[in-house]
Amino acid sequence: MTEQLTATRPLTTRAVTVPGSGRPTAAAARRRDAGRPGKRGGSHVVAHIVLGVGGFIMAFPFIWQIIMSLSTNAEVQSVVPTFWPAELQWQNYAAVFERLPFLDQLRTSIVITVIRAVAQIILCTLAGYAFARMRFRGRAVLLAVTLSILMVPSQAYLISQYQIVQGFGWLNTTLGIVAPGLFSAFGTFLMRTAFLNLPTELEEAARIDGASPFQIFWKIMLPLAKPSISVLAITTVLWSWNELLWPLVVSTYANSMPLAAGLATLSSDKTTDYPVMMAASILAMAPVLIVLQRRVIDGLAFSGLK
Amino acid sequence: MTSQTLSSTPTGSASSRKPARRGAARGDGAWPWLFVLPLLTGIGVFFIWPMIQTAYYSFTEWGVFGGTTFIGIENYVRLFADPRLYASLGNTLIYTAVVLLGIPIAVYLASLLNLPGLRFASFYRVLFFLPYVAMPTAVAIVWRIIFNGDFGILNYTLSLVGIDGPYWISTPGTAMFAVALVGLWSSLGFSMIILASGLKNIPPELYEAAELDGATRWRQFRSITVPLLTPSIFFVTIITVISSFQLFDLLYAILGSTNPVLPKSMSLVYFFYNQGFVQNDKGYAAAIAIVIFVIIGLVTLMQFRLQKRWVNND
Repeated sequence: MTEQLTATRPLTTRAVTVPGSGRPTAAAARRRDAGRPGKRGGSHVVAHIVLGVGGFIMAFPFIWQIIMSLSTNAEVQSVVPTFWPAELQWQNYAAVFERLPFLDQLRTSIVITVIRAVAQIILCTLAGYAFARMRFRGRAVLLAVTLSILMVPSQAYLISQYQIVQGFGWLNTTLGIVAPGLFSAFGTFLMRTAFLNLPTELEEAARIDGASPFQIFWKIMLPLAKPSISVLAITTVLWSWNELLWPLVVSTYANSMPLAAGLATLSSDKTTDYPVMMAASILAMAPVLIVLQRRVIDGLAFSGLK
Repeated sequence: MTSQTLSSTPTGSASSRKPARRGAARGDGAWPWLFVLPLLTGIGVFFIWPMIQTAYYSFTEWGVFGGTTFIGIENYVRLFADPRLYASLGNTLIYTAVVLLGIPIAVYLASLLNLPGLRFASFYRVLFFLPYVAMPTAVAIVWRIIFNGDFGILNYTLSLVGIDGPYWISTPGTAMFAVALVGLWSSLGFSMIILASGLKNIPPELYEAAELDGATRWRQFRSITVPLLTPSIFFVTIITVISSFQLFDLLYAILGSTNPVLPKSMSLVYFFYNQGFVQNDKGYAAAIAIVIFVIIGLVTLMQFRLQKRWVNND
């Protein structure tokens, strides 16, 4: 992760002051500014107004969600909005755990996300490396077939994937939710590009020293590919945590669903306790937002440059 | 090992090294297969085979108690005469059009964020990016309340300026529009991040030269920023269109599965899901999936064709 941040910093934070780590970039920005009089001061006021108002609109639903999660159901449904609850209803958060299968769903979400991220990292780096650096019969065809998957929308696989999982007897199991997402054409493509961009000299030296292909991969190439591996990890975690359609199709019982599907079916129910739903949705989003926020931006900016 | 290293060092020029490498690579033997087979097995079972099977299923009818009968192109004939196909295609297009409106906004906001020496830039970036990483089904829950016709804050705000807001998510005309607004809100941050990294590649000297020539900020934006950013704008457009055509999560989570407006507010993917997994008409659903695949392919192809007209690739 540190490598990734160092690698992306020049790309993402140029001319942006990052608190704590921003000294060199701030200096660079000042230098650039010196050549451009009039860029500072007055004209930035407009930028701050636009970005401030825009940022508030972006953040408002989250703020509103937090306020409502601490209100009573009557306050949420009052025609003149209650901008601040008369009394903070912290028990709404306790109710999430008592009244909903939240813990089961949270456990499923964590398990499927960890398994998918680990599996994709292992399988995609191995295959990506072989496609980038090894020679074998049929390489071009197999690569083309793998990449063709990227062009097909995921629904085209859904019916048949459902049948396969059903055939294995994996409906309503974590295994069933996890299975297709262990394998990623996107991840393979990403890792192949990463390995193609690495210099060949180190590998050759190791080969001459008699290292086996696996040793070369494990000891030399894998550490060098860390920035792209963290991009892969981030995209997989985000996708897996938020994914709705597949879990919805393979799990019918509330306590075998991950959070995304659980919340979606919850909100379709007739009986609605809005504050508890708000609290549940905040708790469902929080882990990924807290853990990934900063890294996601850097990681996506990094991959967007490719 | 040492002697090998020693003997190869003197001849280590770029030209003489190549044949040696090829020889070594050929010596990899079974290694490449150990590397690729675990992935390829999964890809084969869960993607390639399903792709073939779906294409086949689209020519079959599914019995109530299982079993499939080959019926030729009947599903496609039925599908192209089905008004729901055109309604859901129309809804998907409305959604896509509204979400695409976010791109000019994102270009403008990204260029503001890129101003040299702008304070709080990383704070703003986080604010704009939050909706993109947030779980769609979780944010949908709060948007349902914001859009609520009786006690939603949107209609309350509108009432302050004398507008009587509709029942956003239970009126056929406005439901898709409401979903699209949320789509715009959640994709804006992603577009901004990609565009911002494109902006970093524009040499600052161009702006300095323009400033010396007395160009205004707006003129600089129009004549430098936008033309040089067209490759990033193109990339963001492609991604936005492809993901908009696959709209499902937000629609399902905001409208719910029991909403009476659903038959009139389906997206293409919702139509597919409803047919295949609610009605259990999987042969017909397979045909819908194939049609979605073809539509996305055609739209993407068209964009690549049009790209030559407006994208500056120098």
